[in-house]
Amino acid sequence: MRVNGIIGWIEERIDLSGVKHLLQEKVVPVHHHTIWYYFGGMTLFLFVIQVVTGILLTFYYRPSAEEAYESVQFLMTEVQFGWLVRSIHSWSANLMVATMMIHLFSVYLTQAYRKPRELTWVTGMLLFGIVLTFGFSGYLLPWNVLSYFATKVGTNVAGVVPIVGRALLRFLRGGDDVTGATLSRFYGLHIAILPLLTTLILGLHLFLVQQQGMSVPPDVERASAQQPIRTMPFAPNFLLRDLFGWFVALGVLAALAAIYPWELGQKADPFASAPAGIRPEWYFVFMFQTLKYIPARVGPFDGEVLGVMGFGIGGLFLLLVPFLDKRAARGEPSPLFRWIGIGIILYIAVFTALGYLAPGGK
Amino acid sequence: MLEERVDQGRRLVNMFLGTSLGAMFLSVFYPLVKYLIPPKLGEPTTISVTVPWKPAELKANSGRIFRFGSRPGLLIKTPAGDLKAFSAICTHLDCTVQYREDRQAIWCACHNGVYDLNGKNISGPPPRPLDPLQVKVRGDQIVVMKG
Amino acid sequence: MRIVRQLSFGLFLLAALCLFRVPTAAAMHACIDCHKGLEEERLSRPVKKITDDYHMVKGLKCQDCHGGDHTAFDNKEASHSRAKGFLGKPKRQDIPTFCGRCHSDPRYMRKFNPKIRTDQVKEYYSSVHGKKLREGDKNVAVCISCHDVHAIRAIKDEAAWTYPIKVAETCTRCHADAKYMKDYKIPTDQLKNYKKSIHYEVLTKKGDISAPTCPSCHGNHGATPPGVDSVANVCSNCHAATAELFAKSAHEEAFSDLGQPACVTCHGNHDVLKPSDELLAGGKDTPCANCHEVNSSELKKANEIRTHLQDLAKGIDRAEAILTRAEHAGMEVGPPRFELIEAKDALIKARAETHLVKVKRIKTLTDPAVVIAEKTVKKGQELMVQLQFRRKWLAASLLGIGAVLVGLFFKIREVDRRGGSG
Repeated sequence: MRVNGIIGWIEERIDLSGVKHLLQEKVVPVHHHTIWYYFGGMTLFLFVIQVVTGILLTFYYRPSAEEAYESVQFLMTEVQFGWLVRSIHSWSANLMVATMMIHLFSVYLTQAYRKPRELTWVTGMLLFGIVLTFGFSGYLLPWNVLSYFATKVGTNVAGVVPIVGRALLRFLRGGDDVTGATLSRFYGLHIAILPLLTTLILGLHLFLVQQQGMSVPPDVERASAQQPIRTMPFAPNFLLRDLFGWFVALGVLAALAAIYPWELGQKADPFASAPAGIRPEWYFVFMFQTLKYIPARVGPFDGEVLGVMGFGIGGLFLLLVPFLDKRAARGEPSPLFRWIGIGIILYIAVFTALGYLAPGGK
Repeated sequence: MLEERVDQGRRLVNMFLGTSLGAMFLSVFYPLVKYLIPPKLGEPTTISVTVPWKPAELKANSGRIFRFGSRPGLLIKTPAGDLKAFSAICTHLDCTVQYREDRQAIWCACHNGVYDLNGKNISGPPPRPLDPLQVKVRGDQIVVMKG
Repeated sequence: MRIVRQLSFGLFLLAALCLFRVPTAAAMHACIDCHKGLEEERLSRPVKKITDDYHMVKGLKCQDCHGGDHTAFDNKEASHSRAKGFLGKPKRQDIPTFCGRCHSDPRYMRKFNPKIRTDQVKEYYSSVHGKKLREGDKNVAVCISCHDVHAIRAIKDEAAWTYPIKVAETCTRCHADAKYMKDYKIPTDQLKNYKKSIHYEVLTKKGDISAPTCPSCHGNHGATPPGVDSVANVCSNCHAATAELFAKSAHEEAFSDLGQPACVTCHGNHDVLKPSDELLAGGKDTPCANCHEVNSSELKKANEIRTHLQDLAKGIDRAEAILTRAEHAGMEVGPPRFELIEAKDALIKARAETHLVKVKRIKTLTDPAVVIAEKTVKKGQELMVQLQFRRKWLAASLLGIGAVLVGLFFKIREVDRRGGSG
């Protein structure tokens, strides 16, 4: 066949054995937790959607305080299918954060972070931070009232970090206040710096996953002493199933874009007062709500500082969990860490719900 | 015999999958191409608007309302002959202001607010001056821009 | 050990400093020093209040108003000495001249604010309050009734008793007190009525301090209700266009012949409600029915005007509603919204034009605007149609995706059977 001829031509020049191995030999374990394997690929698919729609948006978006809002308005109304590209970009961002959280917690609860996959976990946590930063920086770009004040509040919280807080706030905002300078920075961050970092770290993450294969939950591993684990070939069986999920996601995105188009709202007015019920995107709400409940002063300490430090410690814990969970490293059951993980999931779920339902949080 | 049926089945599935994938690909490709084709209105017009009058058409000591984005703007030619433009939205309660030749000032009929020829609020309830707009004359065209 | 000793010494020093009262500038003032320790509350109260006083900010102190010797510590006779110009507490009827010693002296006042007015006392004596004070009435307002005493704030201070948002409270402390006002033959329901008005709403809810409150119509120092023949002049300061129209109408002469004031006859004085088109409905309870017969041709004309206005208002509401729906669904509505502004302007103009009471004039304003409103509704409907196109497109592409999913399903089954999942 023509294809074989081309492949042969390439093989005379480049060693394709790695790729061949991947396509012909790689297998995926099949057990009652296999379903979670699909969420990493789903996140990757949604990320690719973001890259494609994001690049399309740069054709019309203008990153200055005077023109940003109008350019998005123009995009939504005058550009053919502009409304579709923009709505898909906004919705896919949210879906991506959701699938990423499912991916994170399913990996955690199946202890896939244990030896030898510590580095995969660390790169994954870094990617999580990068994706949240993508979300935070992208949210400001339409320069509307909600995003302006959400950025103001968010960067204020950054300023609360001890010692480096003030410098960090000025660095993020490009000055003391949220202005066009902030918009330019966030834009550069969003379309250049973060994509570059993602390419490097994601590349490493995927390479590690391919090298080490899929991790199997400890209880399945133990059971495999009696009986070998069932597997399916990566190509085409697992890939086809991946593809199935991706098309479902595509359908969901199309429906969301057409039935619940992403609103543009009013243009940001720095002199107006913040509208009531200002709130960050849903994936930050649990932190926002927690800070609301911490009293202004806790003993000799500032409440907000304590809250931010708390989040920092929580993030650090998650980042270092492969090195802290000694039992999992030995391949033993580790119920303490499992319960901590469940606790974190419950905390996030409850506080996100409170952020939307609690009085005064409307 | 069974082999042939299995083969046929396989070919059918492949054909069906191939066609539907092709159709999906086209339905993604079509909007993409239309998106990239420049729209009729070259760029967002809320930043700069060409008013439909020539500089010579406007008498000194007169003013006209024009559309700026989705809001009204006021273009005036002062008694001295200078072209100036402001947002026509009164800073008191959002009525549309007008130019008064007899007073050589900008006036709001709603509550008798008066602005001078620089847009500054000089009498009546308006708390702030009118938002100024930039006017540029390019030959026979008057272009009004934000800022 | 040494560090413990150093620390304890340091703490002792700190405690000592806290316990020793370092003499502050205020304590170096004999009046304040003595009065703040007095048991009688009315004598120690001024010391507490002067922390808020604008005169203190400008460097004036007790002796600048009350005289006396502010350096005579612990010596009541010396500090209260008449020889040193001590005036004590002025009698109520002397308060205006007491304040006027400075506030009516342009040469003195221009040291602080060259633009400030210095005719307040003169104006005051032309007011009802001033005249009655001269006659010996001690109940009327004097300077301190409205400006407070010892805690006199600047005019622009939002907490001042005379700040626009607060001044109605200040006036009605007396004027709404039925017991206090029982000897005077004037109503005490002004505040109650004013609170119903659109002026009050705009002042307090929108924070528009240009909205009229008591002094806007009655004056402040020269407070007098405007007379029947001049109240319209007061309203026309802001409502100039409307007043001009009324003056050209048949009502102007009719009202002045009847001795009826313009504006307030139909709109009220304190309870000036947001006017509704229903005022023109011509029913028994409308102001028109006060003079015109219920089924007269004039009232029929009024009702005609109302119909035109209502038609336009309804048309605008319909247009707004459909544009808002389209906007929330993600469509751009800038251009049709702009067109609608013209219709809204026309409605405002037409409503003002009712004061001229010429049906034809009103029609020339409302007719084209109704056309604009209808055009806008059409544009809104077009946008909703575009929205439907999106839904149809979505349904088609979901079908396409569904087909792919079905194909994938079978392919997966086939591939699994081929000996994939072992």
